[in-house]
Amino acid sequence: MAAQTLYDKLWASHLVSSRDDGTSLIYIDRHLLHEVTSPQAFEGLRLANRRPWRIDANIATADHNVPTSLKERSAGIEGIEDNVSRIQVQTLDDNTTSFGIETFGINDVRQGIVHIIGPEQGATLPGMTVVCGDSHTATHGAFGALAHGIGTSEVEHVLATQCLIQRKMKNMQVRVEGQLGPHVTAKDIVLAIIGEIGTAGGTGYAIEFAGSAIRDLSMEGRMTICNMAIEAGARVGLVAVDDTTIDYVKGRPFAPTPEQWDAAVDNWRSLVSDDDAAFDKVVTLDAASIEPQVSWGTSPEMVVGVHDSVPDPAQAADDTTRRGITRALEYMGLHAGQKITDIKLDRVFIGSCTNARIEDLRAAAAVVKGRQVAGTIKQAMVVPGSGLVKRQAEQEGLDQVFREAGFEWREAGCSMCLAMNADKLGAGEHCASTSNRNFEGRQGYGGRTHLVSPAMAAAAAVAGHFVDVREFVDTPVPTRRAAGL
Amino acid sequence: MKAFVRQKGLVAPLDRANVDTDLIIPKQFLKSIKRSGFGPNLFDELRYLDEGYPGQDCSKRPINPEFVLNQPRYENASVLLARKNFGCGSSREHAPWALEDFGFRVIIAPSFADIFFNNAFKNGLLLIQLDEATVDRLFDAVEQTAWYRLDVDLVGQTITTPDGETIDFEVDPFRKYCLENGLDDIGLTLTDNSEAIREFEARHRATQPWLFRGEAANQA
Repeated sequence: MAAQTLYDKLWASHLVSSRDDGTSLIYIDRHLLHEVTSPQAFEGLRLANRRPWRIDANIATADHNVPTSLKERSAGIEGIEDNVSRIQVQTLDDNTTSFGIETFGINDVRQGIVHIIGPEQGATLPGMTVVCGDSHTATHGAFGALAHGIGTSEVEHVLATQCLIQRKMKNMQVRVEGQLGPHVTAKDIVLAIIGEIGTAGGTGYAIEFAGSAIRDLSMEGRMTICNMAIEAGARVGLVAVDDTTIDYVKGRPFAPTPEQWDAAVDNWRSLVSDDDAAFDKVVTLDAASIEPQVSWGTSPEMVVGVHDSVPDPAQAADDTTRRGITRALEYMGLHAGQKITDIKLDRVFIGSCTNARIEDLRAAAAVVKGRQVAGTIKQAMVVPGSGLVKRQAEQEGLDQVFREAGFEWREAGCSMCLAMNADKLGAGEHCASTSNRNFEGRQGYGGRTHLVSPAMAAAAAVAGHFVDVREFVDTPVPTRRAAGL
Repeated sequence: MKAFVRQKGLVAPLDRANVDTDLIIPKQFLKSIKRSGFGPNLFDELRYLDEGYPGQDCSKRPINPEFVLNQPRYENASVLLARKNFGCGSSREHAPWALEDFGFRVIIAPSFADIFFNNAFKNGLLLIQLDEATVDRLFDAVEQTAWYRLDVDLVGQTITTPDGETIDFEVDPFRKYCLENGLDDIGLTLTDNSEAIREFEARHRATQPWLFRGEAANQA
């Protein structure tokens, strides 16, 4: 057999049938559902008098709309003050109850952002196909699973048929070789990749992230990278299976039973690209040269190193790009040549399916420990990715570190990443955010998002503006007396 | 789904690259549990000068006269001319729902984001990818000609300009078939493939039982 990429293998092992016109039917192993993109799909099923094909493939939770304040959350769905949000969350609950789909309710400790709880529960396994009505489903590719976001019509198609009609994508490999500098993280790698290939650079491709710097990452870091494949235009991000993957999965609630374990691991060991597999495109980055990244504009490709400056539209390669930069600078309230470290911040958000896992919270806490959020910051919040991440962080005392520094410590959900609940930016406010999109209005009407790693967000919260976390953590923590407290 | 065969429509130009689905329909409108009614909030942050919220009467809101869809010459446009990477970002199908509800049936651009591309065809929209030079030329023509209309023929896969020039376009045969006939692909999948899916599933369960929690897997 010809050498295959990891993507080729996953595609072949889920191929149900192919048509002459180039479309194929692909079997779906895991379907994650949330409240925003599912109601119309369930309604469609009912109108056509259809039933879900395989109930046990589905897992549901509410994440996008849920409030993150303990006051609202403690009363369950009834406690959601926003009527429209409450109806949507209630509708998910009604739909999953009536079809018998396993659901983690809003006060279940297993509730959280779909892309955090799937892996956490072992409901995302190597070799699976995983879909969800959310573009950040690419996250699950970190496990050597073929995972991508779908629209609501496709949610309905998967519910009804357990399959999706697809065309095979092309293969791209992004190799990141060498060792990252201290305090440079997975988030910086993926932002640097997007800066390099552009927000449409991966359109039509499944991107496999490879190279020693990717191998050295934890599962949390690999998830951060795959999560943002879609910001480079690729629906699918992948990392090959290795011991790190297998160790992470072992013992999780939905993982294979002890009797199945050895056979599963044997199977998973094959989930790597063959040595001589051909990729349609290969991009290579040097890990050591990646600086902590900060986005300055309104597309994730508008990103630079923390010591750089905001670009000058006059130097753009073409008219469309020049107009794009000009408009972004206007929206962001920045000027050409402005130093990134001179950008003052109003809010700081640590959370989202990109960066709300335990490792992210540990990295941020390590920076803020013993320090204080700057007085000029209106709000700094930490929103754990799941109830279990929150519990783990509390067991490690991270909540205390954040609270003592002046951060708010919230309940799990998508929160200010997309501001569908009460957590949002005001018009004109600049936010250091560990989320994935800096689009206009994404975090609130007129809000200005800067994408960064958790450590960089934490350092920015303390300084009140962007700083290089590498220089920042080397300065001694001020004693209370020296800080005038 | 509405069938699409041929459309002679007024063209509106949206001269901006990387239009994301957050811009097409902002998140506050995603709280709806319905599939319709998103048209008044299409491009909400560009169209109006205030912040929109669900359930509002949009006819009373201050409009942004600069925005292309608010200009009288583009009123009732059904063909949207756009720039590269249109529809990037979130997978929200509310984006094509809003475009369709507003009255668009065709979108022409040099490139589209993958998920948006899939979603659009499932909602009766025809997305046409043309090379950058042709799109540039169409932008110039629309700007210079009031009430510029294009005749888009899906069957012949051609666009005819007011000058009589014909531009050919590609379309995936399966998508074309569904669009021409207004077909729901779930019905097609179930009719053509139910047996194949069952057979695949049985093999899959036998070789990788850990992927299944029901029945056999739960008994292990």
